[in-house]
Amino acid sequence: MSRITSCLSALKDAGKAALIPYVTAGDPNPSATVGIMHTLVEAGADIIELGVPFSDPMADGPVIQLACERALEHGTSLRDVLNMVAEFREKDQKTPVVLMGYLNPVEAMGMDHFIEKAKQAGVDGVLTVDLPPEEADEVVPVFREAGLDAIFLLAPTTTNERIKSAVAHGSGYIYYVSLKGVTGSSALNIEDVSQQLTRIRSLTDMPVGVGFGIKDAESAAAVSKVADGVIVGSALVNTIAENADSSESMHEKVKSLIGSMRSAMDQ
Amino acid sequence: MTVRLDAETLANIPDERGHFGPYGGRFVSETLMSSLLELEAQYEKLKNDPRFQEEFDQDLADYVGRPSPLYFAEHLTRKVGGAKIYLKREDLNHTGAHKVNNTIGQALLAKYLGKPRIIAETGAGQHGVASATVAARLGLECVVYMGAEDVQRQALNVYRMKLLGATVKPVTSGTRTLKDAMNEALRDWVTNVDDTFYIIGTVAGPHPYPKLVRDFQSVIGREARLQCLEKEGRLPDALVACVGGGSNAMGLFYPFIEDANVKMYGVEAGGHGLSTGQHAAPLCAGRPGVLHGNRTYLMEDDNGQIMATHSISAGLDYPGVGPEHSWLKDIGRANYVSATDEEALSAFHTLTRVEGIMPALESSHAIAYAMKLAGEMDRDQVIVVNLSGRGDKDIHTVANLDGIDLF
Repeated sequence: MSRITSCLSALKDAGKAALIPYVTAGDPNPSATVGIMHTLVEAGADIIELGVPFSDPMADGPVIQLACERALEHGTSLRDVLNMVAEFREKDQKTPVVLMGYLNPVEAMGMDHFIEKAKQAGVDGVLTVDLPPEEADEVVPVFREAGLDAIFLLAPTTTNERIKSAVAHGSGYIYYVSLKGVTGSSALNIEDVSQQLTRIRSLTDMPVGVGFGIKDAESAAAVSKVADGVIVGSALVNTIAENADSSESMHEKVKSLIGSMRSAMDQ
Repeated sequence: MTVRLDAETLANIPDERGHFGPYGGRFVSETLMSSLLELEAQYEKLKNDPRFQEEFDQDLADYVGRPSPLYFAEHLTRKVGGAKIYLKREDLNHTGAHKVNNTIGQALLAKYLGKPRIIAETGAGQHGVASATVAARLGLECVVYMGAEDVQRQALNVYRMKLLGATVKPVTSGTRTLKDAMNEALRDWVTNVDDTFYIIGTVAGPHPYPKLVRDFQSVIGREARLQCLEKEGRLPDALVACVGGGSNAMGLFYPFIEDANVKMYGVEAGGHGLSTGQHAAPLCAGRPGVLHGNRTYLMEDDNGQIMATHSISAGLDYPGVGPEHSWLKDIGRANYVSATDEEALSAFHTLTRVEGIMPALESSHAIAYAMKLAGEMDRDQVIVVNLSGRGDKDIHTVANLDGIDLF
């Protein structure tokens, strides 16, 4: 059983939803990332989604675009991101880490080489935003063989047929994009999300994480009532950006945002 | 790799998932997949619907002014002293470039799909103007994304779009050029996918765009083929067209693809020279990768980050290229070369002075290479160059480079 699957099933047994924060690796600078990851875990994160910076993040709103630009100004490469995961693993062997990003940096490194290095570094899953299941036929078996979970997206526009295909290709969890839009969009509609999750669950037993539009303790708590995982990205990245000048206050603010989500979700 | 390009092979290019050999495909986030699948299904149906085709052909004739002439550039030919140079006069189309062939087609699709709002990305502004034009005519809301740098260097086209009722949104992210405009258009589309049709301006992007843009632009090559047969009694020996995304080139090349004796030359933007790294020539100097929904040749660094490009012409200033060009390159059916800023500018002046035709800076790249090529060919041979757009929009750039302050 993968680290992601056992984490999610333990939470399920405890009647809890997973808190899954996203941060862009290398933002505000490469040396800060591992420390931020540990802070996230201390504050109650169950799984970490670590963003691989890309020059053209087409599915992301301004907050994560700027995070990518800052990370790239420091030259953060996919290799650097893998090194960060390896460093994180020196102290934390328990928290699953999912790399989230776009296909081109992975292909530039070479898919096989990437998978080997990702496994060595202690990566658990990979979510490639611009790799839909129909283009993933060749890579999914290689991921499986290496014991990495391939995580796919579902959207409000996804048909039942495509849900089945994503579920057949993916493992670990399914990432449900709560709204039509880019990351950092306005608040989600919990009624819509709840209805969509009912539809998805009628087609699969795989855990479903919900992301896009979750920005505070209240929205995190609402989503945790219906989903297996609550994914928070832009709100966290924004907190990091606003406090980038002082490492101390940044860690404090990150801890307070994630901590408030954790306690609201567990109530 | 040798592929026999007979009708049967070509009928399966792209395949049902939009692959041209290893290129093309559909690399987008999940939210857009249903729209792309719907567009593909509707397009495949409408393409064979006589009513749709009739409406498209009628618009091309009466609104665009087709067929565009195939003009024998006698004076340019004499000056170069080699093969006969013919110009396919896409610059004479309504709105001044080949772009309108495609926007007419896609706006018709939008109409049949019942989408009241269209969006477009633009570099030089020609595609933006062509989109704003069809939107004005069909009463559609139109938003055009344009890199902030391009808004500056193509002020005239920005104003034209505004006059036509379109909203021009300057894009300040990334390199502030065409690629960033395309990112922003994709972000708009993912947000407004229910009521919005995205008119992509070139033969790139996720399937079915490379195919449908090629199909709409193929009118260029179909006409040129007939016109050349009429005037010369035979097919041309060579075709030359500039390649940014590659829609004018694909439109000219495609109807000749089975004619193995017709050589094809796509001319990329050599910028300050390929060796300087400051250019926009992914086929000449890049490598395959994935961007904007398709796998194709890209300008990228060792870490897979997309590089800033440079070209004198905003319309060629793009780090990718249509996937069918990548395939034609690999199988050796088309040749891809480059012309520098300086060569293009010189060709701009030459054509203006000897033929009284002012070409767009994009098309000037094709003219520059055609002059070189013609000089190496025999006098009884024939070259058809796609004069994809007129140069009025570039007067500012040319004046600046010549040290003249216009306003």
